[in-house]
Amino acid sequence: MELTFASISDISEAVKTKKISAKEVADHFQKRIGSLDKQLNSFTSINPDSLKQAEALDDRIAKGEDVGLLAGVPFGIKEMLCTKNLTTTAGSKILSNFVPPYDATVVARLKKNGATIMGKLNQDEFAMGSSNETSYHGSVKNPWDTSRVPGGSSGGSAAAQAARLVVGTIGTDTGGSIRQPASFCGIVGVKPTYGRVSRYGIIAFASSLDQAGPMVSTVKDAALTLEVISGHDPMDSTSSQKTVPQWSKNLSQDVKGFKVGVIKEYLKGGLDADTEKTFNDSLEALKTLGAEIVEVSVSMTEFAVPIYYLIATSEASSNLARYDGIRYGYRAEFASLSGVELEDFYGKTRGEGFGSEVKRRIMLGTYCLSSGYYDAYYNKAGQVRRLLTEQYLAAFKKCDVILSPVTTAPAFKIGELISDPLAMYMNDIFTTSTNLAGLPGMSVPYSLSKSGLPIGIQVTANHFDEQRMLNVAAALEASSLMKGQKPHVI
Amino acid sequence: MIDKKTIEHIAKLARLQITEAEANEFSQQMEKILQNFNKIENIDTTGIEPMITPTEIEAYWREDQVVQEYKPQDMVANAPERAGNLFKVPPVV
Repeated sequence: MELTFASISDISEAVKTKKISAKEVADHFQKRIGSLDKQLNSFTSINPDSLKQAEALDDRIAKGEDVGLLAGVPFGIKEMLCTKNLTTTAGSKILSNFVPPYDATVVARLKKNGATIMGKLNQDEFAMGSSNETSYHGSVKNPWDTSRVPGGSSGGSAAAQAARLVVGTIGTDTGGSIRQPASFCGIVGVKPTYGRVSRYGIIAFASSLDQAGPMVSTVKDAALTLEVISGHDPMDSTSSQKTVPQWSKNLSQDVKGFKVGVIKEYLKGGLDADTEKTFNDSLEALKTLGAEIVEVSVSMTEFAVPIYYLIATSEASSNLARYDGIRYGYRAEFASLSGVELEDFYGKTRGEGFGSEVKRRIMLGTYCLSSGYYDAYYNKAGQVRRLLTEQYLAAFKKCDVILSPVTTAPAFKIGELISDPLAMYMNDIFTTSTNLAGLPGMSVPYSLSKSGLPIGIQVTANHFDEQRMLNVAAALEASSLMKGQKPHVI
Repeated sequence: MIDKKTIEHIAKLARLQITEAEANEFSQQMEKILQNFNKIENIDTTGIEPMITPTEIEAYWREDQVVQEYKPQDMVANAPERAGNLFKVPPVV
């Protein structure tokens, strides 16, 4: 069996029917990681027990047990998710020695369904960044061009998946952190509806925006993985009790009669030529397949980036207050604890433990929540967020899905934007709105730029309407202009 | 205006020691970023309830059961310093 490019369901089926053992699969991908990841820096740690896990699965199959939908499928997990007995750093020095005593629900569900956990994947520190340059573990390289960023914050997941160092990965998305790196690296990335996937055991960045999701190679693999990780979790009070549909079984490329919305405020220009052409080509393809293109208005998207950063930094400043050097994580060195003032203890530990981008965001968030500014910033942002969400819900009365670019341009060079945080923040212009409104959104690879870099298309749907989103994505995937293209690192 | 005094005040509130160089850098950058944030100032939001969570939260109660999932040593295993099963902390009084 050709393993490197096999789909999740092909591997799972082959392992279950004993055409290949889970151990052989894990061994193949472990060797790929060993030989290729030096060029990418996508893995931060390798699970020393992955082969043992795979062997245990083979034993269960030999006994005739039902081992689940992902039997023997090698997965990489973003550093943001807790993994029992496996370091979970969130890409930060402040958690560099943290070994969780439990698995995040997402990880537990992957394991329950037979997945083999191969290791942890690099990310921007605390998921703060659009380029994967803020990680304590160093920058990740884009496998299509190693002088460029893979996108962020799930850049390690995107790069590892694009180079097929694993068969599936999990990322998290607070303002586009699954979709933007998926677009930059030419893979499929899904941010589900807020509440679809439990956040239990995911290091909190901005709790009202964070969602975990699959970053994989095909739309069908995405549907399958999403089925496994979705569903109510009593450990997360914001996780939805809605039934999880069998998205992979109901997947269809038939979009005849679908109304595909285009946000008119997005048509003001500002896209690079390749990205604009890719977007127009994707619209034409859907039209040819029988979909109707309709213009919708979501005027508040103009303010999505400021609202997003006001809310995200405010929530982050509160969430990151737990890193105090007392119970876990990094502690600054002190000759003796007895003479230390508590405020100095916290300040030194946090000052040394957090990187520059995280400090900047904690400062911004603290300012926005401070006395005299709360109403003007955090409260106001929450009000505009409601207006934005209401506009989206009105738009979905006129269309089934909304199509848009993921980013304004393909992957940029490492170091190009890092010294200009505002320019970096504006990079998230097409992705932040869906998090603010809690909508599901995904990126599908569609075309290559003239310089050979992947460009994705974003499909957004109404709350809990992942099926229609996945179906439109499947139609786009079938008409994609970059089928069969592989990154240079492979 | 995000001057040096304001930066020092925010850093104190955030329990975050920052260097002189960081204070200067953040001061300039935050000024620019907040100016961009001010775009939303003139949007009419009279009577609009701020949105806290984007989808409806359905109330759910777990059974009130005592379950021992971890041992005390599991809970202090990650502590930077400990005394037995206790966290070692600076004096607080």
